Amino acid sequence: MTYTIEGKTGAWEIVVGLEVHAQVISHSKLFSGASASYGGEPNTHVSLVDAGFPGMLPVLNQECVAQAIRTGLGLRARINLESRFDRKNYFYADLPTGYQISQFTHPIVGEGTVEIELSDGTVRHIGITRLHMEQDAGKSMHDQDPARSFIDLNRAGVALMEIVSEPDIRCPEEAGAYLRKLRQILRYLGTCDGNMEEGSMRADVNVSVRKAGEPFRTRCEIKNVNSIRYVMHAIEVEATRQIEVWEDGGEVDQETRLFDPARNETRSLRSKEDAHDYRYFPDPDLLPLVVDQAWVDELERGLPELPDDKRDRFVKEYGIPRYDASVLVAEQAIADYYEEVAKGRDARLAANWVTGDLFGALNRTGRAITDSPISAAALGGMLDLVSDKTINGKIAKEVFEDMLETGDSAAAIVERKGLKQVTDTGAIDAAVADVMARNADKVEEYRGGKDRLFGFFVGQVMKAMAGKANPAMVNEALKKVL
Amino acid sequence: MSLTELTIADAASGLRARKFSAVELVRAHTDAIAALNPRLNAYITTTADGALKAAQQADEVLAKGEARSLTGIPLGIKDLFCTNGVRTTAASNILKNFVPPYESTVTANLLRDGAVFVGKTNLDEFAMGSANITSAFGPVENPWKRNGDDAALVPGGSSGGSAAAVAAGLAMGATGTDTGGSIRQPAAYCGIVGLKPTYGRCSRFGTIAYASSLDQAGPMARSVRDCAIMLQSMAGFDERDSTSVNCDVPDYSAAIGRSLKGLKVGIPAEYRAEGLSAEIETAWQQGIEWLRAAGCEIVDVSLPHTKYGLATYYIVAPAECSSNLARYDGLRFGERVPGETLDAMYEATRRAGFGPEVRRRIMMGTYVLSAGYYDAYYLKAQKVRTLIRRDFTEAFQKVDVLLTPTAPTPAFAQGEQSDDPVQMYLNDIFTVPASMAGMPAMSVPVGLGATGLPLGLQLIGRPFDEETLLATGSALEQAAGFTHRPAIRAEAAK
Repeated sequence: MTYTIEGKTGAWEIVVGLEVHAQVISHSKLFSGASASYGGEPNTHVSLVDAGFPGMLPVLNQECVAQAIRTGLGLRARINLESRFDRKNYFYADLPTGYQISQFTHPIVGEGTVEIELSDGTVRHIGITRLHMEQDAGKSMHDQDPARSFIDLNRAGVALMEIVSEPDIRCPEEAGAYLRKLRQILRYLGTCDGNMEEGSMRADVNVSVRKAGEPFRTRCEIKNVNSIRYVMHAIEVEATRQIEVWEDGGEVDQETRLFDPARNETRSLRSKEDAHDYRYFPDPDLLPLVVDQAWVDELERGLPELPDDKRDRFVKEYGIPRYDASVLVAEQAIADYYEEVAKGRDARLAANWVTGDLFGALNRTGRAITDSPISAAALGGMLDLVSDKTINGKIAKEVFEDMLETGDSAAAIVERKGLKQVTDTGAIDAAVADVMARNADKVEEYRGGKDRLFGFFVGQVMKAMAGKANPAMVNEALKKVL
Repeated sequence: MSLTELTIADAASGLRARKFSAVELVRAHTDAIAALNPRLNAYITTTADGALKAAQQADEVLAKGEARSLTGIPLGIKDLFCTNGVRTTAASNILKNFVPPYESTVTANLLRDGAVFVGKTNLDEFAMGSANITSAFGPVENPWKRNGDDAALVPGGSSGGSAAAVAAGLAMGATGTDTGGSIRQPAAYCGIVGLKPTYGRCSRFGTIAYASSLDQAGPMARSVRDCAIMLQSMAGFDERDSTSVNCDVPDYSAAIGRSLKGLKVGIPAEYRAEGLSAEIETAWQQGIEWLRAAGCEIVDVSLPHTKYGLATYYIVAPAECSSNLARYDGLRFGERVPGETLDAMYEATRRAGFGPEVRRRIMMGTYVLSAGYYDAYYLKAQKVRTLIRRDFTEAFQKVDVLLTPTAPTPAFAQGEQSDDPVQMYLNDIFTVPASMAGMPAMSVPVGLGATGLPLGLQLIGRPFDEETLLATGSALEQAAGFTHRPAIRAEAAK
C-alpha cells in the first residue's frame, strides 16, 4: 500500500532521504586526546588541538575508525580500505580552526542497507549511500548574557558518523522505523548511544514530493531534527507545504529549513543562493586513511549478534512468533534478559511473560530492563513453579505482582501465602459436587446443549478453591460429572 | 678568534675542553644582539635573561661531563616555532602578544640536547615572503653590503631573521622553516648554509602553519657540519604530527667529508632559466668543476615540469594558507578588534591583524578553492605537482644528487622589486620545485659575486637522503673555502 497525501490535484507521493549524525562512543575525540564524554563544565574537555591553537595538528583516533568500520559492517555496507579527510572551510564562532575535518569525497563506508519492518508486517530495505567520519563543532550559548555569546568547545572535535540514506523512504512511518532500526543497530554495536535528547543522534531530513511515476522533484533539507517523532511530523508538515506550493502553481526552492514543533511548521533557514561555498580540499595535515582487510575481518569477528540475526534465531530456536521476537530484540538488554528466562524453560511462555507482564510493569514504574525489579533469574524461578504445576497461571499473576512489590522470590511468596496449587482429586471432586448441587438449574441448561456454561462451572470451582486448583484437573472432573 | 665567530662544532669542543664557559659564549651573543639587533632587526624578541640562566645550567651540565650535542650553544629560533612561555608572533600583528603554553617538537628537541635560545628571529609575516619585508615588526637588514654601496639589502625570506642573525654572529645557528625556499634562499643571500630536510623528517607540531603540505623545519648555520649537528637534534618521528615519517635518523655528522668518488651529480637543464644572473651561472659552473674534481660524475638531466613549479606553488600554498589562517579569528587567542556582529568582528580583526601579503595569499587561496574554480586551479595544480615529483623520481634513478643555483640573483636592496609581487615570487623559482616534490635540499655559499655579495648553490637529494646533501655540501664548502664575512657582524661591531 502506497502512502500518499491527497492534494487538490490528486494524490502525491513523498520521497525522503535521511542524513543521521551519530556521535561515536569513544574515550577521546576524533583528532585529539581530550575526553569525548558528555556533560562537564563548559570548556573542560578541550585540548589545544580542539581549540585550534597555532601549530596544533590533528592525529586520527584509531578507536573512532574502528567504531566507524563496525558500524559499516553492521549496516552490511562496503568498507573502503582507502578513505580520506577533507577540510570543509567556513567561519563560525564555535568552529575553532575555521574548518571542519570531514570525509567529503572518499568516505570510509560505502553502500549498505537497513531492513525495516512496518506495523502491518511489511519488510522494506532502505539503502545506505555512505557513512563518513567528521568532527563535531562546539556549542554557542546565546542565553547567558544580554550582550555576549559564550562558546563551549567540549563537543568540538568529538567524532561523528554521518550516515546518509538513499531517498528510499516513502512515508513518515518508514522514516520512524528506519531511525529506530538504525538506533537499535548502533546501540547493539556499541558505536553510538543513540540518545537524541543529548544530541548524540540527530537527523537532517530531505523531503520532496511527486506524482506517481514522476522523477524526483526539488527537495528541501530540514536541519537537525532531534527526535523520531519530530522527524515524522516534519516530513508530513513539509510534504504538505510543498504540495501546496506546487498546486498553487509555484516552485519549491532547494533550501535548508528548520522544523518548529511548537508551531508545527518548517521555516526557511537559508536558500541555495546564499549557501556557503565550503571550499573543500584534502586536509594536508592528515595522510589518506588506509586500513587493511585483515583488521576489518578482525573487527567483523568481534561484532555482536545483530538484531535481525537475533530475531531470526529467536524465531527458530525458541519457536516464538516473529513479532514477539522483534519486540524482544529491540534492545540487547531485553534480548539478554529474555534468553536468560527462556533458557531450559518453555520459551513461548517466557516470551509471553516478558513481553506481557514484565513490560507492563516496567512501563508502569518507568524503569528500564537493566534495573528491572524482577531479575531474569527470579522470573525464571516463577516460571519453574508454573511448569512443575506448583502454581497455575492465575496464581502466577498474583505471585508476579507480589514479586514486584516485595522483591521476594516466587517460591517464598507461594510458601508465605499458601498459594500452592491444589492437585488433590478428592478436594477438587468435592468442590465440583458442591458447585453442581448449588447450580442445578445451570446443570440442566448445560445438559440441554448450552455448552458455553462450561466456563461458568470452571469459574465457580476455581472460586470455591480460592483459585488454587489445578485448572486441568478441574476441567477433567467437571467433564466427568457433566 | 671571537666567540661569535666560532662554528657550533668548534664551540662544542671548546666548551667541553673548558676553554670558555657557556655563560661566556652565550653572553658574547646576547651582547652582540644588544649591539646589532637595533640595526639589523633580526630578532623580534630577545631572551637574554633566560639564555644566561640556561647557560649557567649548561655550565653545570658541562662540569658534570654530561654535555649533549648542543649543550650551551646559543641558537636563534624563527618566530614561527611556538616556544613555551616566550612570545611567538609569526611576525604578524594578529599574534603580536601571543605567548604559547607549549613547545614545538623541533625546539623541544633542541632544548633536550642542551641548546640555549637567545631569541625569536624575524621573518616574513606567517612565512609569506622572499625578502623579509612583510614582517609586522619591520624588515630585516642583510648584514652584507654591496661593494662601495651602503644601501640596506634584504636578507631573503622568509627565514631572513635567522639567516641575518647567523651571518652576523648573533647566533651560532638558527632554526628556519622552508615552504618554497624560505631556508635556502635567505641562506644564499646571507652567505650561510641552510638545509631543508625531506618533508616528514622534522615534526611540524608546534610550528605555526603556512602551507602544511610543504612546510618543513630545518637548520641554518655557518657550516655544513653545524647543519648536520642541528638536524641530528631537530629530526625524528613525532606521533603528534601525522605527516612525520617514522624512519631512522642516521648519524648526519658521519656524512661530512665522505668520499664522493663515483657519485652521480645531475645538472638539470631547465634551471638555466631566464633571469639567471651571469655571476650565478659562473658560480654554478664552478661548482660543477669542483664536484667533478672531487670524483663525481656529472650527468645532464631534465626536469621538464620545472617551469610549472612556481605557478603551481602559488596555487597550492595560498590554498592551504587560506585554510590554515582561518583560525586567527580573534575568538580564542591573539588580537581582537570588536565589531557589531560576528562577521564584522572577523573582518575587523583580520583586516587589522594581517598585512597586505598575507591578505593577498588568503584571497588567492580562497579563490582557487572556490567551488567554481577548484578543478581549474587546485585540482590541476595537484596533478602538476605529481608530475613535478615524478620528474625528480625519474632523475634520481640516474643520479644521486642534483646541483642547481639557489636563487637567480644575489641579495637585492630593500625597496627593489617590492612593488611587483610576481617579480618577488620569482626569487623562489629554483627552490620551489624541490619543495613541491618534498625532496631534501640545501644551499651552500660558494663565493662572492661581482658586487661582493654571497652566492649559493643548491643541492637536491633523494627523499630521506640528507646524508648525500651533507657529504656533497661539505665538498663544495671545502673547495670554495668560503670564509668571507659580512660587513655588519658581531666582531666588526666592537
